[in-house]
Amino acid sequence: MTAVMDAGATVWTEICAVSRIPIACGVGALLPDGEQVAIFRTTDEEILAIGNIDPISGAAVLSRGIVGDADGVPCVASPIYKERFDLRSGACLDDPDMSVPTYPVRVEAGVIYVGSA
Amino acid sequence: MSRTLVVVGNGMVGHRLVEAVRAEDTAGAWRVVVLAEEPRPAYDRVGLSSYVGTWDADTLTLAGSSYPDDDLVELRLGDAVVALDPDRKVVTTASGFEQDYDALVLATGSYPFVPPVPGHDLPGCFVYRTIDDLDAIKAAADHAREVTGRAAGAVIGGGLLGLEAAKALRDMGMSPHVIEMAPRLMPIQVDDGGGSLLKRLVEGLDVTVHAGTSTSEIGADRGRLLAKLGNGTELDLDLIVFSAGIRPRDELARTAGLDVGERGGVLVDDKCQTSDPSIYAIGEVAAVDGTCYGLVAPGYTMAEIVAAQLAAGNGDATFPGADMSTKLKLLGVDVASFGDAHATTEGSLEVVVNDAVAGTYKKLVVSDDTRTLLGGVLVGDASEYNTLRPLVGRELPGDPAAILSPAGESGIGGIGIEALPDEAQICSCNNVTKGRIKHAIGEEGCDTVPKLKACTSAGTGCGSCVTMLPKLLKSCGVEVSKSLCEHFSQSRAELFEIVAATRITTFSELIDRYGKGAGCAICKPAVASILASIAPVIGADKHILDGEQATLQDTNDRFLANMQRNGTYSVVPRVPGGEITPDKLIVLGEVAKDFGLYTKITGGQRIDLFGATVDQLPHIWKRLVDAGFESGHAYGKALRTVKSCVGSTWCRYGVQDSVGMAVELELRYRGLRSPHKLKSAVSGCARECAEARSKDFGIIATEKGWNLYVCGNGGMTPRHADLLASDVDSETLIRLIDRFLMFYIRTADRLQRTAPWLEELAGGLDHLREVIVDDKLGICDDLEAAMAKHVENYADEWQGVLADPDKLARFTSFVNAPGMPDPTISFREERQQKVPVLLGIPEVK
Repeated sequence: MTAVMDAGATVWTEICAVSRIPIACGVGALLPDGEQVAIFRTTDEEILAIGNIDPISGAAVLSRGIVGDADGVPCVASPIYKERFDLRSGACLDDPDMSVPTYPVRVEAGVIYVGSA
Repeated sequence: MSRTLVVVGNGMVGHRLVEAVRAEDTAGAWRVVVLAEEPRPAYDRVGLSSYVGTWDADTLTLAGSSYPDDDLVELRLGDAVVALDPDRKVVTTASGFEQDYDALVLATGSYPFVPPVPGHDLPGCFVYRTIDDLDAIKAAADHAREVTGRAAGAVIGGGLLGLEAAKALRDMGMSPHVIEMAPRLMPIQVDDGGGSLLKRLVEGLDVTVHAGTSTSEIGADRGRLLAKLGNGTELDLDLIVFSAGIRPRDELARTAGLDVGERGGVLVDDKCQTSDPSIYAIGEVAAVDGTCYGLVAPGYTMAEIVAAQLAAGNGDATFPGADMSTKLKLLGVDVASFGDAHATTEGSLEVVVNDAVAGTYKKLVVSDDTRTLLGGVLVGDASEYNTLRPLVGRELPGDPAAILSPAGESGIGGIGIEALPDEAQICSCNNVTKGRIKHAIGEEGCDTVPKLKACTSAGTGCGSCVTMLPKLLKSCGVEVSKSLCEHFSQSRAELFEIVAATRITTFSELIDRYGKGAGCAICKPAVASILASIAPVIGADKHILDGEQATLQDTNDRFLANMQRNGTYSVVPRVPGGEITPDKLIVLGEVAKDFGLYTKITGGQRIDLFGATVDQLPHIWKRLVDAGFESGHAYGKALRTVKSCVGSTWCRYGVQDSVGMAVELELRYRGLRSPHKLKSAVSGCARECAEARSKDFGIIATEKGWNLYVCGNGGMTPRHADLLASDVDSETLIRLIDRFLMFYIRTADRLQRTAPWLEELAGGLDHLREVIVDDKLGICDDLEAAMAKHVENYADEWQGVLADPDKLARFTSFVNAPGMPDPTISFREERQQKVPVLLGIPEVK
C-alpha cells in the first residue's frame, strides 16, 4: 500500500492500474486508516469511489455489486438486498435515508489513486 | 351468545357453505359444527380421477377444509348423522353424539345408483364416488394382477361419471369396457352425431364401448366375474364399477318428516329452505322446486344463498336456476355441451360441421331465424366453448355455418371477447361475469392474470377460462408490460429469441442494438443467463466469467458461491442424487475443519459449507476439485439438485432405481442456466419420499416405468406438480424432460419459476402437453438438439477458474492489499460451530 500526502492534507492512496478493473465493474481497496472503499470503472470510462460498506446490511460488499445506470446516473446495486447507490453522490436511490461516503479519485499514468482526509 | 349452525356433510358444497358463512359472519354470531361421514375433510370430488397415479389424498384436499385456526368451526369426521329431530332441533350421529342446532343445513350429497342387476353385490363390484371407493378399486386391481397377472375392468354407465371412472381404470393400467344402455355415450350432454365421434375417439384410447345394451347378469366365475350383456356379449372381468347415475341422500329428511321431491331430494324453495324453516338443503341433495342438480356450480350458488341469509341477514338472493352447460376433457377428449343442446326449443334449427378426418364434431342450435344462439355440442375440440356459451340467448355475430367452419378465419376466433355482454359468465366454476372482471381491472387495480385470479377467483376452478383473462386485460386497455427494465423494452423471452436469431454473443452489442443506457442489476444477469443458455447452441460456449460476461453476473455467479448476510460465502459441491461415498464425506469434513467453515445439510441432500471469505474460495475449491468434487451451482439460476429416495436397490417398497435415475438426470442437466433455479427429485415408488411433486420436474417410479410431473414448487407459494406423462420408459422420460426444460428456458420471464410460468402459459397444462408430448409446434427436435449441445459442452466452472490466473486474481477482498482479510468479518461460536457476528449499521456520513 502506498500513500502520498499532498498540500491540502489529503492522503492519496494508490489502488491499482485502471486496466485491472474491467469496464462496468468494481474492486475493493483498503485506505491507510482502515476504511474500505469500492472503486468502479463505468461504461463511460469514469472512475468513481464510494464507501465499500453497504449501510443496509452492514457488510463490506458494494465493490461486488452490479454496475449500471438508472436514468443515466451511474450506480451500483448492493449484492445483499439490491438497493442502488449513485456512484457520484453516494445517495441511495431506493431509500432516501441511506447513503454512502464518496471519495475523490485521481488517475495518473494509468494508475488510480483515492483521496481521504 | 352465539347460535349454532350444524352442517351435515363436508363435501365440496358443504365446505363452500362453511367458508361463505365464516367470510360473511364477521361478528362471529354463528358457531359452526360440521358433521361428516367420510373420514377426511372436504376434497375435490370433481377431480377424483386424478387421485389415480398419485394415490395421495392430500392432493385433492380443498384449501382450508380442515378449518385450521378457526375456533368457531368444529369438524367431526367419520361420524355420520343418523337421525334428525326437528322438534327438539337435535341431530344424532352414528357414534351416539347429539348436537342441537339453531339452524341446520343438509349437504349430504348423493349416493351412486346401482341398478338391480343380479350379482350387483358380488365382491369385485364397486361404485365410484369417494377416495375410499378408488382405494378399494385399486386393491381389487392389484389383487387380480397378483393372482392372474392382469386385471380386466368394466364400467356400467357411459355418462359423464362413467367415462371419468373409465379414465380412472385406464390410469390404473386397465383397458376398460364401458357399457351404456342409451345408444350413445354421454346421452344427456351430446347428440347422436357427437356421441358417435366420442365413441370413436375413446375407442382409440383402449376403451371398448358397448352402447345400446344393458348388463343382464353378473356371475362369479372361478374368482373372477362374468358379465352377460343384453346383446349376448359375455365379458370376463376382475372388477365392475357402477356409474349409472346418482340419487340424492335424502333419508334423514324423509325419516324426519320433511317434504321431499317427487323424484327424491329434499324439497326446498328458491332460498333453499325446506318445509322446516330452520332447516336448509343445498347441493345434490336439494330439490329446488322439485329439481335436483348434479353439478358442483349450482351447489355453490345454493351455498352462497344460504350463507347470505344466515350470516349476512340478506334474504333477497334466490336460486336463479342453473346453467347445465359442461365442458370437460374425458379420457383426453374435449366434450362440451351448452344451452339447448338437443334443440328442444320449438322451431329451432341445427347447424352441424362433422369433420371425421380432424376428429371434431360441432353443432350450433339456433332460433328459427338463425340469428339467436340457443345451444350447442362440441366434441373433439371444445376451444370455442368459452366464447360461444356466454352468447346463448343472444344474437350471433355472423352466419352460424361460417362460425363453425374450420377454415373460418372470420369464425369464432373473430367473435372476440368484445362481443360478449358484461353479464356473460366468463368463469362458470365460480360464477364470475365479464362485468366483474372488468371492474377488477378498472377499479381494483388488477393488471395481471395472477392478480385477476386472486381478486375475482376467475380461473381458479377448472382453469379453462384462464386464456380469456389476458384478452380481457387487453380489451380493457391494460398493456401487460413485459419489458425487462428501463434498458430493454423487450421481455426476457423476446430477448432470448433475438439472441438466438442474431447470434449476438455480448451484452454490449445487445444493448447497443436493442436497448439503451448502460444496463442494470436486472437486465445484466438476465442477459448473462440467456447467453449462457444459448451459447452451446450457437457455438459460442465459454466460461461464465470470461471477459465482459463476468461483469454481468450477480455476485453469487461472479464468485461461484452464495453470498451470506455478512459478505462471506457458502460453498456447495455437487452430490448427484444425494449419493456420496464415505471418502468424499471425509474430504468435506476435513475441508470444513481446515478452513473453519460452518456445516449444514441442505434440503437438497448435499452439504453447505458457510463462512468462506472471497480470498479463501479458490483454496477451498482446489481441495474439493482435487478430491473429485465439482460445482453444485447452488449460486446460479441453474439446475440445483435432483433429490432421491433410496429406491428399489435397498427399499422394500421401491419399484425402480430412483437413485440411479436421479444421478443420471443431475449429471445430464448440471450447469444448465435457466430463468430461475431448477429443482428436481426422483421417488422410487408412489410413497413419494423424495417429495418430487414439489419440484420443477419430479419423477415418481411406477411398476411400468416413470410418471413425470412438472411445474411444482415449494417455497412461498407451494404448488403440486402436474402429471405430464405416465408410465414412460427411461429414454422417453429423459426426452420429455429435455424438451420441457428447453421450452421453459426459451419462453419464461426473468426469475419466473416453472410454476408461475405454467399458470401464465396460455392454454396451461394442455398446451404444454401438446407442445412437449405431441410436438404440435414441431419444435421438439430443436429443443432436444439444444439440450444435446448443452450436455456435450458441459464443463465444471470451478475447474475453469482454478486453471485461469486472471480469474483467480479477482478472488481478493482488497486489490491494493491482496491476502488481507476483510476486517469487518468476525465470528462467534454457537452449538460448537462458528456463526457470523451480526453487523451493526455504521454511521452514515
